[in-house]
Amino acid sequence: MQKIESNNVHLYYGTFHALKGINMSIEKNTVTALIGPSGCGKSTFLRLFNRMNDLIDGVRIEGQCLIDAKDIYSKEVRIEELRKRVGMVFQKPNPFPKTIFENVAYGLRVNGITHSTFIEERVERSLKQAALWEEVKDKLKKSAMELSGGQQQRLCIARALAIEPSVLLMDEPASALDPISTAKIEELIYELKSQYTIMIVTHNMQQAGRVSDTTAFFYLGELIEYDSTKKIFTNPTEVRTQNYITGRFG
Amino acid sequence: MTHLDVELKNLKNDMLEMFELVLSQLNKSKEALFQFDKDLAREVLVNEKRVNGFELKLDRDCENIIALFNPVAIDLRFVLACMKINSNLERIGDIAEGICQFVLNIKLDPEKELLEKTRLLEMFETGAIILTDVMTAFEMEDTRLARSVFKKDEILDQINMNANESVGDFIKNNLDRINQSLYTLSIIRKLERVGDQCKNISEEIIFYIEAKVLKHKPRSQKQEMPGEGS
Repeated sequence: MQKIESNNVHLYYGTFHALKGINMSIEKNTVTALIGPSGCGKSTFLRLFNRMNDLIDGVRIEGQCLIDAKDIYSKEVRIEELRKRVGMVFQKPNPFPKTIFENVAYGLRVNGITHSTFIEERVERSLKQAALWEEVKDKLKKSAMELSGGQQQRLCIARALAIEPSVLLMDEPASALDPISTAKIEELIYELKSQYTIMIVTHNMQQAGRVSDTTAFFYLGELIEYDSTKKIFTNPTEVRTQNYITGRFG
Repeated sequence: MTHLDVELKNLKNDMLEMFELVLSQLNKSKEALFQFDKDLAREVLVNEKRVNGFELKLDRDCENIIALFNPVAIDLRFVLACMKINSNLERIGDIAEGICQFVLNIKLDPEKELLEKTRLLEMFETGAIILTDVMTAFEMEDTRLARSVFKKDEILDQINMNANESVGDFIKNNLDRINQSLYTLSIIRKLERVGDQCKNISEEIIFYIEAKVLKHKPRSQKQEMPGEGS
């Protein structure tokens, strides 16, 4: 059983056909990079799996999106439960205007957890998983807004991890960061995959090469090629893939 | 350790495994010849497939590292050096295989007098020492040890240069042993090339650690440590 699957998925924004017959399956505990030129449907595809596209007027989806072999668009699925299992990190770090501690604890409290020792342990564990604990352990009561961009992004990752998702969706998580912070985020992704299944949208081909096990190349709403990252970056099957990764278009 | 560091460490470990494999092949080829052990010779021939397979795997690993991680500076030089050293080691493997092919082809025991006269055992032992030295230099990133190989190779060159005379003299007095003599001469030529391959490996080690290109430089300049000389 694959962790994540899309079976013949089509998505429309009104009359615009944004995703065309996407078939993909993703193994557990792997990192999959979604690459392609702007407007090709990468982020739209990513957002299928926490149903964020539902928030957009006029969206229509056909086909199946499965996590752990269950259709996440079926009527029985509660979106709040889905978004506990599927965490998301966005391009621009978006910490809450709260303390560092409360940022990570927020998801737990919203889910009805009140036991303070439990919350403290979970906050510490999440910050350690996000490789941020050593930098903030002595200032958990300080505002998250005082952190640097790279630290804020790692805080957002810790916040996502606190409620123990099994899938992490990352939409260009390092594009707003400096090179050192980017390297730290990439190392973090590499370490996290032992516990999570990760999908990452990136415009940075070298990043896709460094962090991912499999890579999916999208173009004009279609999935052109999906294979191991080694194969994609050494000998892609499709000419369009080769032209994109060598910088000849897009 | 970063992801790239892990990949580079794995590559280094695999390269050391290739060194060990080829050294073992060379030593077995010596035993096969001096003991006239055809079974051991066949074993070396079978193992040559492993050497070739490992060469292909190492080439792929280097290709993947360059494609996926875009290494720069010393990391890039290391991967480029590994690609070339891999090729040098595979050729040494071919040399061991070639020697064992002779063992299988000759009908009579190698002539002991000829083996002694031509200092063949000394060539084998020197070749193994030089190969071990470059392996250690690669593992320990020791450019001084890598440079010492250029001097040690002179022994192999000297024996090779004297081989025509030694073998020629033997043939004059043992006309019924011409085939054996010619095989012995071929083996000497092969062992001299072991030294050349090891010198190439030394050059690559020095390139990746010091970023110095020693190819086509005279021997005296190759042996100088950085900061020495005029």
